[in-house]
Amino acid sequence: MTSFPWAPGFIDGDRPKIVTSRFRYEDSHTLERYLATGGYEGLRSALARSPHDMHEEVRSSTLLGRGGAGFPAGVKWGLTPDGVFPRYLVVNGDESEPGTYKDRLLMERDPHQLIEGCLIACYAAGLSRCFLYIRGEMALAQERVAQALNDAYEAGFIGKNILGSSFSIDIVLHWGAGAYVVGEETALIESLEGNRGMPRLKPPYFPAAIGLYGQPTIVNNVETLSNLPFIATNGAAEYTAIGTESSPGTRMVAVSGHVRRPGVYEIINGTTTFRDLLYGEEFCQGIRDDNDLKAFVPGGGSAPWFLPDQLDLPFEGRLVGAAGSMLGSGAIMVMDSTTDIPAAALTLTKFYAHESCGKCVPCREGGTWLMRILERVVEGIGTTDDLDLLLEVGGSICPGDMPHAASADLQLEATPFPYKMTTICFVGPSAYVPVHSALTLFRSEFEARVAPSRTRSRIPVTAVGAGS
Amino acid sequence: MARLTDENVTLAKEIIDRYPRAKSALIPLLHIAQEQDGWVTDEAMRHIAELIGVTPAEVLGTGTFYEMFKFEPVGKYLINVCGTMSCALLGADDLMHAAEEELGIHEGGTTDDGLFTLHRAECQAACTEAPCLQVNYRYRFRTTPVEVRQLISDLRSGRLDDEIPPHGTLARVRQHIPADKGVGAVDPSQVTSPPEWITASAEGGAS
Repeated sequence: MTSFPWAPGFIDGDRPKIVTSRFRYEDSHTLERYLATGGYEGLRSALARSPHDMHEEVRSSTLLGRGGAGFPAGVKWGLTPDGVFPRYLVVNGDESEPGTYKDRLLMERDPHQLIEGCLIACYAAGLSRCFLYIRGEMALAQERVAQALNDAYEAGFIGKNILGSSFSIDIVLHWGAGAYVVGEETALIESLEGNRGMPRLKPPYFPAAIGLYGQPTIVNNVETLSNLPFIATNGAAEYTAIGTESSPGTRMVAVSGHVRRPGVYEIINGTTTFRDLLYGEEFCQGIRDDNDLKAFVPGGGSAPWFLPDQLDLPFEGRLVGAAGSMLGSGAIMVMDSTTDIPAAALTLTKFYAHESCGKCVPCREGGTWLMRILERVVEGIGTTDDLDLLLEVGGSICPGDMPHAASADLQLEATPFPYKMTTICFVGPSAYVPVHSALTLFRSEFEARVAPSRTRSRIPVTAVGAGS
Repeated sequence: MARLTDENVTLAKEIIDRYPRAKSALIPLLHIAQEQDGWVTDEAMRHIAELIGVTPAEVLGTGTFYEMFKFEPVGKYLINVCGTMSCALLGADDLMHAAEEELGIHEGGTTDDGLFTLHRAECQAACTEAPCLQVNYRYRFRTTPVEVRQLISDLRSGRLDDEIPPHGTLARVRQHIPADKGVGAVDPSQVTSPPEWITASAEGGAS
């Protein structure tokens, strides 16, 4: 249980480590340290095998994508159409989901591990150019990755005929410029093509079919790729020995908000429970000031909220989905008994309303409506009608049943994830999720804030010419 | 205001060459323009359009989508106070009020001396270190109203010049691909066959 001044936020622990093993070294970002700690061994091991074998190794590791959707990386790589070249790798380092940060730490603290992961992915999946897209606001991450790339080129790990093999690849560092929606993979590709970062209409559902410049493109998250050197060096069996069958390996999880010791932890996937994380001695050590836990967001700002009822769920995608939420990007935000729930929901809704790219009407208009109605509720000038209006507007973004958690107090059964949506991407629904969770689980707090609706005289609407 | 300097044109060309299609360099080039002048000028956008072969309107169209590009002058120091969930739960409003008081401007404003611009920003990916802020995208973690006032005074006096470059300067380390080591970018229409190591492996091993 140690934290390091050079890795603010990260808290080490006596657990198996896959991606944060070097964080204990102050110079973990340097090539020297990387080479001294087994760096680029995974690349050597990959090059000693055929690309096909390396791909199969990753497939059998069941490495799940760490960006939010949790799709198996090995399967994703296999979705490219046969015989279509060139194919590209785009690295999603545009981490911006509220509550989330682990990619930033991985880029700042161990950039070579990410680079090695990119190389292994390109080798195995036959991808002939790699674009590493880093969120614009992360100046330090960009500096560290740029330095690491320069050093790796100089040392012959990137470029022409890597380590004397026929494997040749460039990795291009690309700067983002501030847009949450660009984290959506087709928006990321649009941005990389020099356009406004608006998600593309689906299908195709995966850019593996049609992506960057219309070519097959694999988009992988920074943390996903950072797992590859371990898998290539130690084999899939050693990887799957950690965690559970459906969720192997480890995960980086950021726990923030009203806990005693907020931090980023590398945890064992699939078995660690939310109670372990929030109350465990090796993790967050309980709620601040001995307050009671009121609610928590289990998987980034887009995830439906959980109550203390859900504390014993493990960090496992399917179980969390059945309980009405998602693991998303590995971010837990904790609210204690002092939290003003409508105001908390508003900060999240405001975020998504602000980040709407404007392409889909339900998100562009609906997100802003949700924000404005919620604003007047929070300010105490709303009416009971506004609460129904929130659900009505939300229903135009997510028609049908919305996922939510079970509550013993409210005698409420869970509705499982996911929701239906009228938008191309998840930004619109994400503006509604906090509103829906808060209203479903804490309706009395809203009702205490609003005045009864006045009866308004309605202006009758009749068709032109009717009745004459 | 200015077109890109000769030095920046050289840099821009190096960046353009990394992409199979020049338009991909649009955002990186806007960053270079912003670093040169502190904000993105019309002249610079026209110049970028020439360099990558698009219209100036396309440069503006893409550029205005992104939060970081400023199309009018901002302060030498852009203070972004994070206001999203975890920071909001732990006192982001107090930081904003302290900054507003200390600077004598409201959120969104710029001081008369052109030194500071103050914004409320969305999640900065440092949620366990809430409340946080960035000055020209350099972090201050778990900060307090007292520290915010001190920070502003340190910036005013120039004590943080080494750590925090003027607005527009993003990464002070740039990628450089040595000419003899890089593979080079190829237009996708020129490629139809699998990469060499895939073909080689089908014929018996990459190395």
